[in-house]
Amino acid sequence: MSSKPLKQIHLAAHFPGVNNTTVWSAPEAGSHIEFSSFAHFARTAERAKFDFLFLAEGLRLREQGGKIYDLDVVGRPDTFTILAALAAVTEHLGLTGTINSTFNEPYEVARQFASLDHLSGGRSAWNVVTSWDAFTGENFRRGGFLPQAERYSRAKEFLATTQELFDSWHGDEILADQASGVFLRDAKAGSFVHTGQHFDIHGQFNVPRSPQGRPVIFQAGDSEEGREFAASSADAIFSRYATLTEGQAFYTDVKNRLARYGRRHDQLLILPAASFALADTDAEAEELARIVRRQQVSGATALKHLEFVWNRDLSSYDPEGPLPDIDPDVSDDHISKGRAQVRMYRDPLATAREWRELAAANNWSIRDLVIHTGNRQNFIGSPETIARTINEFVQADASDGFILVPHITPTGLDAFADKVVPLLQEQGVFRTDYEGPTLRHHLGLAHPDDVQDEQRVAS
Amino acid sequence: MSPSSSLHLAVALDGTGWHPASWREPAARPRELFTAGYWADLVAEAERGLLDFVTIEDGLGPQSSHFLDPDERTDQVRGRLDAVLIASRIAPLTRHIGLVPTVVATHTEPFHISKAIATLDYVSTGRAGLRVQITARPNEAAHFGRRTISPIEAYDSPEAQELVTDLFDEAADHVEAVRRLWDSWEDDAEIRHAATGRFIDRDKLHYIDFEGQHFSVKGPSITPRPPQGQPLVTALGHQTVPYRLIARQADVGYVTPHDVDQARAIVAEIRAEQETAGRADALLHVFGDLVVFLDDDPAAAAARRDRLDALAGEPYTSDARVFTGSPTQLADLLGEFQVAGITGFRLRPAVLGHDLPAITRGLVPELQRRGAFRTAYEADTLRGLLGLARPANRYAAV
Repeated sequence: MSSKPLKQIHLAAHFPGVNNTTVWSAPEAGSHIEFSSFAHFARTAERAKFDFLFLAEGLRLREQGGKIYDLDVVGRPDTFTILAALAAVTEHLGLTGTINSTFNEPYEVARQFASLDHLSGGRSAWNVVTSWDAFTGENFRRGGFLPQAERYSRAKEFLATTQELFDSWHGDEILADQASGVFLRDAKAGSFVHTGQHFDIHGQFNVPRSPQGRPVIFQAGDSEEGREFAASSADAIFSRYATLTEGQAFYTDVKNRLARYGRRHDQLLILPAASFALADTDAEAEELARIVRRQQVSGATALKHLEFVWNRDLSSYDPEGPLPDIDPDVSDDHISKGRAQVRMYRDPLATAREWRELAAANNWSIRDLVIHTGNRQNFIGSPETIARTINEFVQADASDGFILVPHITPTGLDAFADKVVPLLQEQGVFRTDYEGPTLRHHLGLAHPDDVQDEQRVAS
Repeated sequence: MSPSSSLHLAVALDGTGWHPASWREPAARPRELFTAGYWADLVAEAERGLLDFVTIEDGLGPQSSHFLDPDERTDQVRGRLDAVLIASRIAPLTRHIGLVPTVVATHTEPFHISKAIATLDYVSTGRAGLRVQITARPNEAAHFGRRTISPIEAYDSPEAQELVTDLFDEAADHVEAVRRLWDSWEDDAEIRHAATGRFIDRDKLHYIDFEGQHFSVKGPSITPRPPQGQPLVTALGHQTVPYRLIARQADVGYVTPHDVDQARAIVAEIRAEQETAGRADALLHVFGDLVVFLDDDPAAAAARRDRLDALAGEPYTSDARVFTGSPTQLADLLGEFQVAGITGFRLRPAVLGHDLPAITRGLVPELQRRGAFRTAYEADTLRGLLGLARPANRYAAV
């Protein structure tokens, strides 16, 4: 064993999403849109001393075969608005929102994040995502204006521009001296000029500097460009690699990119999304995991998932029967719109061939195949097993912690908070109370002003 | 159609108050303007007074004493938080009062605004509204860089009128898209039908297919229909062009009559526009905006106004009538305006820390004594407080 000190684990809670991970058909499944559900979920995460709550976003309802996809949970709130309300029912929990850099403007997004940071006392974070599709663009003024190749160049410039806006106030401008009548020390507070390929804006930003200086920045894309974007500009990555070996490979790859940007390993946290099946014993948890996977993949859902690969209408097939004999349609126009998942199958013909062989070898129906090839829960077991596994993964540098994705709204986190978190606390790898007021404190990230000072000293 | 019930009261929140020197009063809390606690206390005070709703001012640039240009002054409050987010931050802390943040239609996305206000409605369980505003400021256009707005030389020039008309037309389109998106889910669209595996009945979700001169929006919203169905839409107007927006799209219009005759003329014009727009049967409130300096002793109110004017270095002027006096005098004035067809009032406290409690603890009891104001909240939603029914969904099959 090395004498390396134990890493402290970071934990976050992903509000159950609009995909088939979320089981809406279970009796205990509650509303995914009423505020009481969000409040319950956030309070549970805060009771468990989690670092933050995480919200995903999608700006157009998914469609398949030209129709609104109706098998998963559909509908969600506005990200900023729900996070501001959650700031009222929590005191310490970080509030991370996914906000698109394509269908927004920097001035407005910077105002919203700076406002959220003020209203939450320094708990805001931004998961910067980018899209380019004309399908989503149909809901916005500019339509599908952005070529795919330019989405990261716009995202980078968008983020850089908002940083300029956040930094346009230094934090000492408001004097508000009632006796002398000086409210602002500096008439030019908030002045900015940005001239670039995507944005040509100037003027005065109208939100004074917020407690964290800027929101904590998350990045979620997995492409080469996405990884570089994260290494250059993000504080944390919301990754998809939650297994030990994939996690370690991703962790090493991304952390090694940091030096190029003059950044240290601890200035970028790797936090994969992770699902779990928790029960009193490992055997019960395995059984629960099996039941949940069947709930997640109904016969109708199984056919729709097969359509991602086949890119054809398969509604005439029996989900309890064999896989289709016909091959996938490999034309560019995809049957599924508005979801990222479809791009995971880069060679549909090969995937189809492989799946047919698998199904034949195991005597699997369509539904069996989709269940077996789909994601197993990342952590399955008793509280002891899950706590031990999470700690092992983090200490082995497969991640710096996890963003947990429960499958039940809004109580899916309760048992984890009550049973797993105390074990991690006993092992001394997870906080027993919050040590500071802001999300940067929870994540061990320096305030941007201190980072700048450090870099000035170093140079 | 005009409402016949008792008088309605709203308060307009802006910084430390509407007088530019308000932040220098002892009751002001200028260093707390950017904290949630400051706004929570103001709205709690308004709710204590049983007010219908608060509005929250906003803008896409620094405040300015000039109508269209930044002024680079350092002796007045500058900087503000996003009004929708303030409203949402306060919503879980209150139970009855309506929350009506300002949204600027000129540079924003109807899709984002629609789901933000729908979410505010969920968070407040049916107490959300919006106040729609345009901006003709060239500097604010430069913050977005998507269009150039030329400086207006003379406000009554044909060019200026053309610009303002265009901006209000765009705002009307914006509100239309926002309203259609609120209706883009029918109330019973979520079915959770286990046998077929369907979470929603997609036939109850609707493309809005809005096509306007400035933008088009496909829909449906990503957010289900909010609790009120249609949250409250409000707008301020000073002339025919915005009166038309109020008549076409609003549930509450704010107007600025300086006397009873003006009030009567404005109400008549809005009612005529309402008829032209085919909304003659719709309940549309016309609220009078008043800036108020309120003290039990009218001389104290006048002295306070003089003191603030001296600090500001100039007499305070406003688009709205500025009232200085006692709660009894104000109650008399409101009664006179009410007879002229004004159905409610949006009071702009000169100093929030002073004049807001004077409204809730002085004016409100005075109105209650006269039987002109509620003595308890009588409804759970903002529409309910204003006597507005929950509207049918425009897309639902009859």
